[in-house]
Amino acid sequence: MEQQLQGRVWVVGDSVTTDAMYPGFAMKLPPEQAAKHVFYELRPGWTEQVAPGEIVVAGRNFGLGSSRPVATLFRYLGVRALVAEEFNSLFLRNCINFGLPALTAPGVTGAFTDGDTARLHLTEGWCENTRTGVRLAAEPLPAFVLDILEAGGLLPKLAKEGYLPAAEGVR
Amino acid sequence: MGMTMIEKILARSAGLAEVHTGQTVVCDVDMTVLIDLQFATGWIQPLRINDPDKVAVIMDHAVPAPTVQDAEGGPRARTFARDFGISRFYDVGRHGICHQVIAENGLARPGEILACTDSHTCAGGAYNTAARGLGPAEVFSILCTGKTWFTVAPTIRYELTGHAPPFVSGKDIFLYIAGTYGDATNHNLEYGGPGLATVAMHDRRTIATQGAEVSADFSTFGVDAVLREWLAEHTDRPYTPADADPDADYAAVREIDLSALEPYVARPGRVSHNSFPVSELEHRAVDQCFIGSCANGQLEDLRIAADIVRGHQVAPGVRLLITPASQRVYRDALRLGYLEALADAGAVVTNSTCGACFGYHMGVVGAGEVCLTASTRNFKGRMGSPDAEIYLASPATVAASALAGHIVDPRTAAGSERV
Repeated sequence: MEQQLQGRVWVVGDSVTTDAMYPGFAMKLPPEQAAKHVFYELRPGWTEQVAPGEIVVAGRNFGLGSSRPVATLFRYLGVRALVAEEFNSLFLRNCINFGLPALTAPGVTGAFTDGDTARLHLTEGWCENTRTGVRLAAEPLPAFVLDILEAGGLLPKLAKEGYLPAAEGVR
Repeated sequence: MGMTMIEKILARSAGLAEVHTGQTVVCDVDMTVLIDLQFATGWIQPLRINDPDKVAVIMDHAVPAPTVQDAEGGPRARTFARDFGISRFYDVGRHGICHQVIAENGLARPGEILACTDSHTCAGGAYNTAARGLGPAEVFSILCTGKTWFTVAPTIRYELTGHAPPFVSGKDIFLYIAGTYGDATNHNLEYGGPGLATVAMHDRRTIATQGAEVSADFSTFGVDAVLREWLAEHTDRPYTPADADPDADYAAVREIDLSALEPYVARPGRVSHNSFPVSELEHRAVDQCFIGSCANGQLEDLRIAADIVRGHQVAPGVRLLITPASQRVYRDALRLGYLEALADAGAVVTNSTCGACFGYHMGVVGAGEVCLTASTRNFKGRMGSPDAEIYLASPATVAASALAGHIVDPRTAAGSERV
């Protein structure tokens, strides 16, 4: 996979919970429909505005809460990567394990506003605002994390290793 | 340099003499728990798994099925358990919230690693287990390979002293800690100290469970006489405790004097830096009161609620919902008369499930409503409408408030004479 990514950003605040991204009522829906309710209350209508290839920038403690696989919903929406000041560790693992790159970059919410374009590098560990030229240091992703992302997440990796059937459902 | 409890468990499971903060290690997982939600969406029946004796399947979040999607997960779970010979299958009727069922069946054991998708898996830390929520894809991976990785996070130790006064439960201890110290993102929590001996197992479970609300990785208690006694009744296999070394390295050590605590309530929205003594809260009328969840649907929680409401009536216009944490808790509470006392007072007793706690079924709240809950989270939209307000408190505070119709201090409210 490309280790350097670029996309238009959407900026959200601190402690955005999984309840705000994958609310209880949406759990009753198939994932492609549940995806329409990401940020349903925080940013109503956002899922109609976000376009494939875009990046979500968030504040501290991003993804506090439950284990709901929010990353699958972001992937349905075409979100290419997440960058946050700090991630909740369960949420971070969930993102990586479902094949969504997630980069920790302290200071990122102050460096971007909605509509800016971010250029980031997963293994060199940086994140740049192409409008302002500001470049922030990020935690580089280790090789084993990159392997999971390369495979498209753990499920395709398990299918490749013969643990799961190579079904169409494995995304 | 010495090791913390979590470092010891991770080192042992990784086959290393020692591990320290920042190190990433690959560990053998001792028990992997699958829950009903995993079978309802995104389930893929594996071709092979690592070890059926290290797997349990527990039906909990959506029981009985409130949607066709959930109903269709049931047969997949049964097929999986049958095809792979999973003997630890807790199907509807033998079910319960997974963290309660894990406890009842001794699946979380000292010094071991337990994995489950659910974020409150840290509940197992009450039993000196390195237990945490890992998400569905990772649990699939552990099911298949038996292993996963952890990066050793720094540990914060809570040194407990003194003895909590009457009406101050594990929930209040947690709310005080969360209110005072806030988030522990990318940190482990460890509880010990001379006061630990006065904290009963059910209260430890509440505290360990709620580590998720302050965003901690693991949340672990030491092995002492109280836990040993509990384990004697719940496991017949030998275990190896993971005690913290005296020279272990901590990010912080914080002393909590339990005797100085009182009942607390968290205001809506978040748990961190958001709880206050109930006695200081402004007058707040309630529409719904809920006692349940992995944190507070335990037998002792139901006893406290039953003792408070016995002989009284829930205030007009207020709903009191009681959801036992497991079928076993339900049956025990039935035999002990707790459910009768609760129902006689006007409470609705539901079957065991995660239910209202995660805003899915059996007690969601509408716009403009105020819910006082002894469950896990007070996040916006958590229990239904994002325009409802969720306050978080102990079962005693919730039960007493249901009688009063507004949030009250259980120490001075109606019903307090019997607890």
